[in-house]
Formats: sequence, structure tokens, C-alpha cells
Amino acid sequence: MTAPLLAVRDLRTTFATHSGRVGAVDGVSFEVMPGEIFGIVGESGSGKSVTALSILGLVPQPPAKIESGEILWKGTDLRKISEEELRHIRGSDISMVFQDPMTSLNPVYTIGEQISDVVRAHKHVSRAEAHARAISMLDVVGIPNPRQRVDDYPHQFSGGMRQRALIAMAIANDPDLIIADEPTTALDVTIQAQVLDVLKRAAETTNSAVILITHDLGVVAGLASRVAVMYAGQIVEQGTVDDIFYRSRMPYAWGLMESIARLDQRRQGRLRPIDGQPPSMVNPPAGCRFHPRCPYSEDKCVQEQPALVELGGDHRARCHFVYRPGWFSPAERLVEPSSSWNERILAREEEAERVETASRGEP
Amino acid sequence: MAGYIFRRTLLTVPVVWGAVTLLFLVFFVIPGDPVQVLAGEKAVSPQVQANLEAKFGIDKPWYVQYEKYWVRLAHGDLGESYRSSRSVNTILGSTAPASLRLAFWAIIAQVVIGIATGLVSAVKRYSFIDAMTTVGTTMLVAIPAFVLGYVLIYMFGVYTFQHSFPAWAKFPVQGIGPNRWGLFVIPLGDQWRYLLMPTMTLASVNTAVVARMTRGSMLEVMRADYMRTAEAGGLTRRTVILKHGLKNAMIPVVTLLGLNLAEMIGAAILTETVFNWPGIGSSIATAITFLDAPIVLGLSLVLVLTYVLINLIVDLSYGFFDPRIRYGGAER
Amino acid sequence: MAEAPPTARQTGVVSPAAAILTDAEAGAAPRGDVWRRFRKNRLAVAGLVVIVIMVLGAVFAPLVTFFSPNELGPTSRAKPSLQHWFGTDVLGRDLFTRIVYGARVSLKIGILAVLIAVAIGVVVGAVTGFYGGVLDGLLMRMTDIFLSFPYILAAIVIITVVGRGERSVILVLGLLGWMPIARLFRASVLQAKEAEYIDAARAVGCSNFQIISGHILPNAIQPVIVYGTIFVGTAVLTEAALSFLGAGVTEPSPAWGLMVNQGRSYLFTSPHLLFFPGAAILVTVMAFVFVGDGLRDALDPRLR
Repeated sequence: MTAPLLAVRDLRTTFATHSGRVGAVDGVSFEVMPGEIFGIVGESGSGKSVTALSILGLVPQPPAKIESGEILWKGTDLRKISEEELRHIRGSDISMVFQDPMTSLNPVYTIGEQISDVVRAHKHVSRAEAHARAISMLDVVGIPNPRQRVDDYPHQFSGGMRQRALIAMAIANDPDLIIADEPTTALDVTIQAQVLDVLKRAAETTNSAVILITHDLGVVAGLASRVAVMYAGQIVEQGTVDDIFYRSRMPYAWGLMESIARLDQRRQGRLRPIDGQPPSMVNPPAGCRFHPRCPYSEDKCVQEQPALVELGGDHRARCHFVYRPGWFSPAERLVEPSSSWNERILAREEEAERVETASRGEP
Repeated sequence: MAGYIFRRTLLTVPVVWGAVTLLFLVFFVIPGDPVQVLAGEKAVSPQVQANLEAKFGIDKPWYVQYEKYWVRLAHGDLGESYRSSRSVNTILGSTAPASLRLAFWAIIAQVVIGIATGLVSAVKRYSFIDAMTTVGTTMLVAIPAFVLGYVLIYMFGVYTFQHSFPAWAKFPVQGIGPNRWGLFVIPLGDQWRYLLMPTMTLASVNTAVVARMTRGSMLEVMRADYMRTAEAGGLTRRTVILKHGLKNAMIPVVTLLGLNLAEMIGAAILTETVFNWPGIGSSIATAITFLDAPIVLGLSLVLVLTYVLINLIVDLSYGFFDPRIRYGGAER
Repeated sequence: MAEAPPTARQTGVVSPAAAILTDAEAGAAPRGDVWRRFRKNRLAVAGLVVIVIMVLGAVFAPLVTFFSPNELGPTSRAKPSLQHWFGTDVLGRDLFTRIVYGARVSLKIGILAVLIAVAIGVVVGAVTGFYGGVLDGLLMRMTDIFLSFPYILAAIVIITVVGRGERSVILVLGLLGWMPIARLFRASVLQAKEAEYIDAARAVGCSNFQIISGHILPNAIQPVIVYGTIFVGTAVLTEAALSFLGAGVTEPSPAWGLMVNQGRSYLFTSPHLLFFPGAAILVTVMAFVFVGDGLRDALDPRLR
């Protein structure tokens, strides 16, 4: 059993806001294996970006504060090392690709200069060598004419190209882990697929693992091998991609599956968004944080917060009822007979069916 | 880039033409009796009158005068004072160096002290230095140059003498002193003691403005995403701030430095008068006391042209700071 | 407060009155709010207090002083004492009295100059901003040319030609000061012109003049008010500078700048001759700058 590259244990990060201290990341734990692509999925405000920034110590320490937890990088706790040692890791062992390529590049320096800066921050190489490295990185990410374009300024690149340039910057020092925070959110849909492909190839070229953070399930499905689903600052389900898409056990994950259109499954009826809004993190709900929006919540859910329950292999889910008989995910419900479903699930589905048929009668 | 340089320089031409014409209008067309104006407050003898008429064509229609005016300018003839019979060119020649030296050091002070203070103030926000800077600059902005000048003169040139302070605290406060310079601008020997107070006075207001502007600009820049990218790349904090942050922050500050120049010319007139620093400013001040129009006209012309030129240089330097201007904003 | 006229939504019709109401909602800060925020700024409040004291002092000058400003006295350059609070000047005139009367001069010049500048600036800015076109381009070129002259220098140049004295100073300051105001106001007008409520007003048939005065003016005037306040300070300062140089008001006017000039020669022996008028200039200018700054911060919608 190989040792994990990165092991985050019980990470807690808070923010000071006008309304009080907000627990943006509240007890998050996960592991990333060498070379794998690990997805973190969640809505805005679920804490996924803050988790990523916390790993590299990039959250601004006032007003944020990493309260507790361990961030074990190849065995070393990143929270315990000095700022200078952390700096050595950033951009070289662990690098990051940010969301908005428009604003993430410095407008007054060329792309080449910015990539060179990152290279020379970690190795004593000459300007010329760093420049050559920049050119070859631009080539890896598929930018045409890299020799000319390396001396261009960011405003001369299109959005997709800028994101590729950011990826080039991230792999310039052969990192072992790339954290990509919503790398395609700010891009046109048509460009998204290209950039994701670039990211995948870049990771393969450097044999690095990737933490892919996104709110888009489609992105995760195509690329990741293991996924964690975050909600309200916590991981609510975790497992392989198949576990999450086909065998999830937590109603929030079900909600996510039901709200997207999928080509791999026949489905009747409409997409079902999850009712309600993510909770305010200043005063998160007591008990299970999802209970106000969960169609299956009971008294127990209001009073007691569920722990992450082991389900075999790497699969865990944060729900009180994971072992109830017939607690099937939407994918399973397509193949299992309805008689074997959990009675509450059955009731809800029948109700939904009724509403749907009735509404179809309307012009 | 060449296009930008060309266009911007071209814009200067109408401004220069307009300024020169304006001065012409002020001195030759507006006054009821230009002869009297040109001669100053003294009574006009018939000989002087004839002289003036011949030279300036005062009795002729205005367009002839205008033409003569440009012809003279083309010959570099800026006129001469009838009060003192010295040509403006002579005055310019003897006073310009002093003003240039003073201006040089004042600009250095503004830029270096202003930017450094603003930078530190922004990086160490809410610290003691920041608080002091904010309050200090707010007040400094409102202090008139000549009041500040006399305060300094009194403190270091009168009080310290009268109340036996150590020698280093006693400053000479009038005149330019030995007037010894190396490389045109470096004060030699004791020269710096004469230079310090006038420089501080001249630079004061603008230093405060530059500091405030730098601070504001830097605070905004520090919130930018590209700063975070640089930090994530493992660059040292120093590199991130000084290399990536400062260049962006300087863009609006450069505009300011250009505008400041106008302020400085006005302040220079006052400062040179207060400290009896024999530069262009104090010459104008003396000239106005006697209503000596040719000198005022000639020196003003030079100052205005200098101002326009410097503004041009400042505008062109944008290209260095902001590549988006150099290469034109719109791209694919 | 009288009941507000019905909004367009209520009546379904856009009347000019309703359009004006929307105007108020569009961007101007409510009055009470502005005052409250202004009060929080201690420097600004202090400045306001100073200005009020100054104005009162100037208006009621004869009541606050014991001498006449031009009354020659026996003791020349006396130090401050119980009899002469600020001492006396070279000609034995009571300094305190002269300073108080000097406030009259400064305020008169400052306020009149600003009024002239604002009047011209607002009209020019409105016309060019609203109508645009060739007129706009021409006037903007002209202001560029004027602005290539540093303020004091331009004032000096003109005074050389038209002569010294209070009236010259007021005219010169006013005539040279309208340009930034025109620029400022023009920018506001351009911005306001694009707003939708203008289209609404037009649709109802308001004339251009009505539109300018009723809708654009109230909003666009704000930056001008801020600038105008600070400009009073600048005008006072420039007048002092001119008088100091001998290009401003003339003897026997108790202008502070003149007094500073006279005090120069006695800096060593009787510094008070220079410092009291200097302090007066300093305090006045600072007061106007702080009030102007405070006003700007209080009116700025972004800071809410």
C-alpha cells in the first residue's frame, strides 16, 4: 500500500467577518495518492477553494486563520514548517492553477517573464535557461508558436490561452501535486474541454497528482479517479468516481446527481434541483448541516451531526442512514426493482411521479 | 509604440501654439497701452517709445505684431527688460542652473520619499508608520509652501542660532551659498546645507500627495489575483511586492508626477523668493514687483514650454509601465 | 414632510415630477446621511468650526477688535502683550486687528473668485457635455491650453498686464479657475446624460433646459461642490501668494500675504510679524481642504 502524497487531517480554517467568526473549512480530511487525479466537488461557499488555499498557506492570515489540523506532505506537516520552507514547496513541489485567467496574470510583464520568475525562484539558472524552459512549457500546453508568444503580454492572449499559460507556469518546476481551483469556470464551454485536456496531459508529463476543484460534476466525471463531495465546510461523501456517481449514499450527493443531465443513463422526467440554499456559515444548522434541505431528514438529523461512515474500500458518506436497507442512489434505482427501495425513498419518488404526471397535463 | 509616440507628440503642437498665442494676446492685445506695459512703471521717454514701436510694431495692426512676435521667437529672442536693460536670455542663462538644481533635488525627494513612504505604509497597513503617514500627509498637503519655508528658516536659521544649538542644526537660510556643484547637480562641500531647506520646502506638498497616491494604489494592487499567483509560484514576499506589485501601482502615480510639475513651478517661484535662491522663480518674482512685463513674458514662455515638454515625456513613459498602452489594448 | 409625488410605477405614467423623484433615487445621497458621515470625520468637523469662526470674525470684525486696522500707533514691532494680543507691526498697527480684518479680505476674494469660476465652469461644462460636437472639442482644446499654465504663474502673467489690486485678483483667480470645474462638470454631465431617467424625461416632453436644470444638475453638481470648497482654500492661498510677491492686493489692505511679506525683513528680531499672518493663512487653507475632503468622503456613494 503506497503512502499518500498529501494527507489532510481534520483541517479547520475560519474567517473573521462582520457577523462573527465563520468556519469555512470544518474538519476536512482526505488523502491524495501519487499520480492520481482527486476531485473536490461542491457548491460556491462549500469551502473547497479555502481548503486548497489552506494547503499552501495562501489564505490571508488575517482575516483567515488555520485553526487546527494537519497537512502532511510526504510526511511533513506543512503547518509546522517555517514560511521560508513553505515557500520552497510552493510552485515547485506543489503548484496551483487559479480560477480567473484574466486577473491571475500580471498585465505588465510578459508571460515568459512570469514563468521564468517561478523557475528562478527555485533554481539557480540563468535568464536564458529559464526563458528556454518557459518556451518548452508553453509548447507542452499546446500554445502555437511558443517562441514568439513567450514574449507576449497577457492581454495579447485569449482566455483559454491564458489558462494554458497558467498551467505552464504550474508545471514549470516539475511539481508532484497540482492544485487546480476551478480551472475552467471562467472559460467558454467550448474551451473548457481543451483546457482540461491540457491539464491532464500536463500532469502526465510531470507525473504529478492533481487536486481538481470544481462545481461541475461533468468535469470530475471525465478526469478524476477519486472524488470528495463538500457541503458547508465538510466532506459529506468520498470515494472513487464510480462510488459517487453510481453508488452514493448521502442525499446531497443524490441531489447533485439528479440535477445534472446524463447521457449514460436513461432517465425520464425533469431535472430536479435541490430545494433551498446552502446554509450561512456564520451559524450553520445544528445536527446534520444538510438537514434543512434534505427530503429524508428525521429528528435524529436535527439533533446529531453524522460522522463519516465507512462503506468499504475508500467509500465514506456522512449520513445517519447509509446502512438502512434499500438506501439506493438514483443510479441504482434505475436498475433495482422499486420494491427493494427504502420506503421513504419510494414514497418520495411516487409523490414526485404524481406531481410530474399532473403537471404534464397542463398546456 | 511608435504610433503612440507620434500621436502624443503631435498633440503637443496645438497646445504649444495655443500657449504662445495666449501670451501674445495677454501682453499685446489686451492692455490698453502695450507700450506702457512693456516699459514697466517708469514714464516712457519718446526714444523708448520709438524703439518699442519699431521693434514690436505696436502702431501696426495686430496681425503684423503677431508675425513679428513669432519671428523674434524663431530667432530665440525672448525680449529684454526696459527697466534693467538686460535681455531675458541673459537672465535665463544666469538663473536657470540654480532652478534646475533645486528642481532636480526636489523631484528626487518627492519620488523617492513619497513612493517609499507610500509603499511601506501600504504593506504595513494599520501599523504605527501607516498611521503617522496618513495623518502627516493629510496635514502636509494643506501647508502653503511659503509658510513652511519660513517655519523652517526660523527653526533652523534663527532659533538654533539664538539658542546655541550644535553646529549641525544651524543652517544658512538665504541665498545659494558657494554655488559649487559637481556634475551639474551634485552639491559640493557645504553646498548641501544651502540646498536642504529649499528642497524640503519645494518638495513638501508633492511628497505628501505622491505618498498618499502610492499608498492607495499599492493597497489596490495587493488585492489583485496576480499577486496571489506569484505567491503560489513560490516567489519571496519581497519579490512579489517589489517586482510584481510596484510596477502596477506606479501607473497612476506617474500621471500624478506629471501634474505635480505645474504645482511645482508655482511653488518654486515662492520658495526661491523665500530663500532668496537665485533662480528663474525669484527673477519672475522680482520682475512682478516692478511690473516688468518683458521679463515676466519671456520667462513665463520658457516655463510653460518646459512644462508641456515634461508632460509629454511623462505621458510617453506610460509605455514603459503599462504594456497595454504600448501594444494597443484590443487583442484577440 | 410633504407627501412625495406618486412614482411612475404607481401611476403608470411618467410625469416630470415622478422623473425627478427617480432622479433622487438614482444616485444622490440623502441629505441627513451625508451630514452624519461628515460628522464622523473629525478633521473635517474641526475645519468647519474654524471656517465658521473665521466668517463670524470677519463679519463682526469691529466688535471683536479694539483698534482700527489702519490706525498707526506709537510702538513699532511690539511683542504680544495684554494690550496688543498679537503685538504690533512696523507702523505700530495692532496685529490682531489686522489679522481679523484680513479674514474679510481673504474670504471676500476667495468666495467671489470661486463663485465666478463655478458660474463659468458649470455653464461651459453643461453646454459642452450636453451638446457635445464641435463646440465640445474646441472648448476642451482651449482648456488644455489654459491648463498648460501653472495657476500662480498665469495669475502673475495677467496681473502684470492688468495691474494689482483686489478687483484684479478676484477676476484673475476666477477667470483662471473655471477650467477644472468645467472639466469636472462636463464629465458628470456626460455620465448623467446616459442615464435612463433622462430618456424618461424626454419621452414626456421636457425641454432641454428643463432636463439640464432639473435632472442633470442636482446629481452632477456634487463633485463641483467638493471641488469648489477646496478651491476656496486654493484661492485664499493663491491670493496670499500673490500679495506676498507684491502682485496681489496693495497697501494699506490688511491682507495676510502682504503682512507676511512685510514681516520677512524682521524675521530675526520680531518673528511674530510673519508668523501670525502665516498661521492665519495656514489654518484657513487647512480648514477648507479638510472640509472639502470630508465632504467628498461623505458624498461618495462607494464608501457606503
